[in-house]
Amino acid sequence: MVGKLLELFLAFAKVGVMTFGGGYAMLPILQREIVENKGWASEEELADYFAIGQCTPGVIAVNTATFIGRKKDGIPGGVAATLGVVFPPIVIISLLAGVITQFSELAWVKDAFAGIRVCVCVLIFNAVWKLGKKSVIDPWTTAIFLLVAAGAILTKCSPVVFVVFAAVSGVVLRVLLKTGGGKADGRKDGAVK
Amino acid sequence: MIYLRLFWEFFQTGLFAVGGGMATLPFLYDISDRMGWFTHAQLADMVAVSESTPGPIGVNMATYVGFLTAGVGGAVVATLGVITPSIIVILIIFAFLQRFRDSAYVKGAFYGLRPASTGMILAAGVLVVKASFLPDGTLASVDWRMLALAAVLAVLTNAVKKTKDLHPIVFILGSAVVGMVLGLAG
Repeated sequence: MVGKLLELFLAFAKVGVMTFGGGYAMLPILQREIVENKGWASEEELADYFAIGQCTPGVIAVNTATFIGRKKDGIPGGVAATLGVVFPPIVIISLLAGVITQFSELAWVKDAFAGIRVCVCVLIFNAVWKLGKKSVIDPWTTAIFLLVAAGAILTKCSPVVFVVFAAVSGVVLRVLLKTGGGKADGRKDGAVK
Repeated sequence: MIYLRLFWEFFQTGLFAVGGGMATLPFLYDISDRMGWFTHAQLADMVAVSESTPGPIGVNMATYVGFLTAGVGGAVVATLGVITPSIIVILIIFAFLQRFRDSAYVKGAFYGLRPASTGMILAAGVLVVKASFLPDGTLASVDWRMLALAAVLAVLTNAVKKTKDLHPIVFILGSAVVGMVLGLAG
């Protein structure tokens, strides 16, 4: 059992090292390491886990790792795979954070980060645009998007408030009022127009 | 006890941030405002480091914040905090996989959660813009060279076929070089 768990831990540590730039970058690496090399999950299972990992709370990569580990070796497997995927970042970021903190007062480091921050702004708005195309799909989701964005910019409310508000609104709109949907849901496609 | 506090803050982040690593950003701003463990400017740097290093962005950001707050121990505790809810939630969902996928309530909740998550990331983006472009909070402090760099990056990452699918690290490193050459911080 310990050997098996260690194998899971190491396989996911390898995935953690090779994932550059977040959950979406992880998918091709998982396909190669977990599906093709190890055979721990099928292509379809991986797609399912990834889809659920995207829409459940938490980091997508961690959610997917927990799923695959759980499928292979039960609950200990889920935990081992998850610890594996976070182990390399903990080591690498701790080392880097120490270095960056030490050099952050140098003029050229400040200049570099001034440039980098500009780039980060652009990357964040790109992420918003990409997510928005899939999530803001009809008048209702547009209203939720605008309300939450305005609320988060203008007030000091905890994000938890917005998350609960949005989940409740979604259930009320879809289940109780049977409204909204658009392209997210095939059977109502076109009904909104 | 700083470790318990860190674990609890990041446990909440992991539990309520829906939609991947960037979705943890609004929670980190909230933590910054309430706890004062790190500044908005440090958060922007952290996003850049998280995007440019191996590992999932959400995990990297938790590790970085934990380290800034309480050293290596803090890095470990914050990371464990952000992944614990994931482990619990996923193990539960695994047990009810089929029913979870078909539930109208689950679908409804996510119908509302996805645009909200997008809206919160937009709001976090506005804070990053403030920290990056308005260092002293007034419009007078805006540096036109930064605006020009932002415009160039927006075009390269969205409109130019050859460059738009390049990894973010390329643009981050490129911006660092531009920052140093132009002396952007001065």
